Amino acid sequence: MYTDKVMDHFSNPRNVGEIENADGVGEVGNASCGDIMKIYLKVENNIIKDVKFKTFGCGAAIATSSMVTEMAIGKTIDEALELTNAAVAEALDGLPPAKIHCSNLAADALHEAIKNYKESKA
Amino acid sequence: MKRIYMDNNATTAVRPEVLEAMLPYFREHFGNPSSVHWAGRAVSPAVEKAREQVAKLINCSAAEIVFISCGSEGDNHAIKGTAESLKDKGNHIITTTVEHPAVLHTCKALEKQGFEVTYLPVDKDGMLDLDALEKAITDKTILISIMWANNETGNIFPVEQIGAIAKKHKVRFHTDAVQAVGKIPVDVQAAGVDLLVLSGHKIGAPKGVGALYIRRGTKLTPLIHGGHQERNRRAGTHNVPSIVGLGVACELAGAEQAEHYARIKALRDRLEKGIFDQVPEVKLNGHPELRLPNTLNVSFAYIEGESLLLNFDMKGIAASSGSACTSGSLEPSHVMGAMCVDVVLAHSSTRFSLGADNTQEDVDYVLEVLPPIVQRLREMSPLYNRGGKPLTCDECQIVRRV
Ligand SMILES: Cc1ncc(COP(=O)(O)O)c(C=O)c1O
Ligand SMILES: [Zn+2]
Repeated sequence: MYTDKVMDHFSNPRNVGEIENADGVGEVGNASCGDIMKIYLKVENNIIKDVKFKTFGCGAAIATSSMVTEMAIGKTIDEALELTNAAVAEALDGLPPAKIHCSNLAADALHEAIKNYKESKA
Repeated sequence: MKRIYMDNNATTAVRPEVLEAMLPYFREHFGNPSSVHWAGRAVSPAVEKAREQVAKLINCSAAEIVFISCGSEGDNHAIKGTAESLKDKGNHIITTTVEHPAVLHTCKALEKQGFEVTYLPVDKDGMLDLDALEKAITDKTILISIMWANNETGNIFPVEQIGAIAKKHKVRFHTDAVQAVGKIPVDVQAAGVDLLVLSGHKIGAPKGVGALYIRRGTKLTPLIHGGHQERNRRAGTHNVPSIVGLGVACELAGAEQAEHYARIKALRDRLEKGIFDQVPEVKLNGHPELRLPNTLNVSFAYIEGESLLLNFDMKGIAASSGSACTSGSLEPSHVMGAMCVDVVLAHSSTRFSLGADNTQEDVDYVLEVLPPIVQRLREMSPLYNRGGKPLTCDECQIVRRV
């Protein structure tokens, strides 16, 4: 059902956890699917230095969370804002059709965290 | 890797004795039991023997058994057939909110045709209020369809009392006994049921065969029209090997049920106690006692069911979940919803359904690998250890009431 990449990120999720004194925190939830995801950011000179996540959700939700953290690290804030849910799913070699809604969380949570970072800076 | 199967409410392996009995009916005795020639004559007694075997298990006469292609067909036949044959008497059907989709969606389809359906609620343990059942009966009520045992929680409904209520009000009573047969005693006379459905693949017979009990004298419009098989009650050339297999499975179930009950229940109880002893914040879904001996449905707070199942699977353990992500829909299990289980907990509901092949070693293995999996997923969950800060998302807090 899931691709090897999804199973890899699911069984060995990257960047799980929290960042103390994070520069930005974003949380999005989709109760209908049962997925809730929280992203923590460390930003230096407009570049995302570190990302951590916590996720309540299915295999797809955990894998997309893990993938989005890998994709975001090292990117500038503007570059990270261009990351889409579709791009995350694609990086995982796709998700089963019934799971596409879960992946909507990953980039959204990242964008929420960036929004939070911008607001706290302003 | 170990392979531990604890999903027997989903399906079971065909038993060796069943397969053995079936094999001659693929090639050697391949005939159509409706044929008069030698090939048919060799086969029809086997079908009739199977009918006796099924009838004996549920205490009815062989003439009251109709072979069908699956449990879902039986539920459709019983409900649509009653609706059609009794539509001049009334248009009201009573069922429950926790039925299998084979019953629920059949009732929904009849609603579109003008039938009225009462879906009885359940309490937080998943049990029915029989007063509510009796109050729901009107002079337009033609059918009560209530499952004998629930596939998700294992809850056993008081069919004898329901049968008595149905009799008192002269309403036909259908029960989906797909999960009950083989696990607990099922006696159609004692329960006073008019229609009952059982399915082969839950009791060690193949998938795609079942039986519908139709009490003598019950007018029921056929679902499948065609040839004269099954005394015009169900058309279609008999699935002889599977029917033979179903017969043997029923005979074995009758002989072993009491012994299996005690042994499987002891294993289930060991699993249940082990989980509750070792893992904090676990909720039992279903009635503490009035449950099938093999079924344990629990929710592990803060984590989602599918991710739990995938982790179990990586350890060779097969179980199932009421999470939306495993149901193919966006909503978690309707049974959890009907029991007013919090949505987040419903997403984490996990069902272990044991079988006769499980051993104490299996249970102890599950008890060994489960707590660290739960803990690891909890550590990953944003809902865990929020330090008293409740989740603010309103949506996630809703308790769905039916
Ligand atoms: C309670 C109940 N009813 C009906 C069915 C449907 O049976 P079948 O799979 O044979 O169509 C099932 C099987 O999942 C069940 O558990
Ligand atoms: Zn999901």
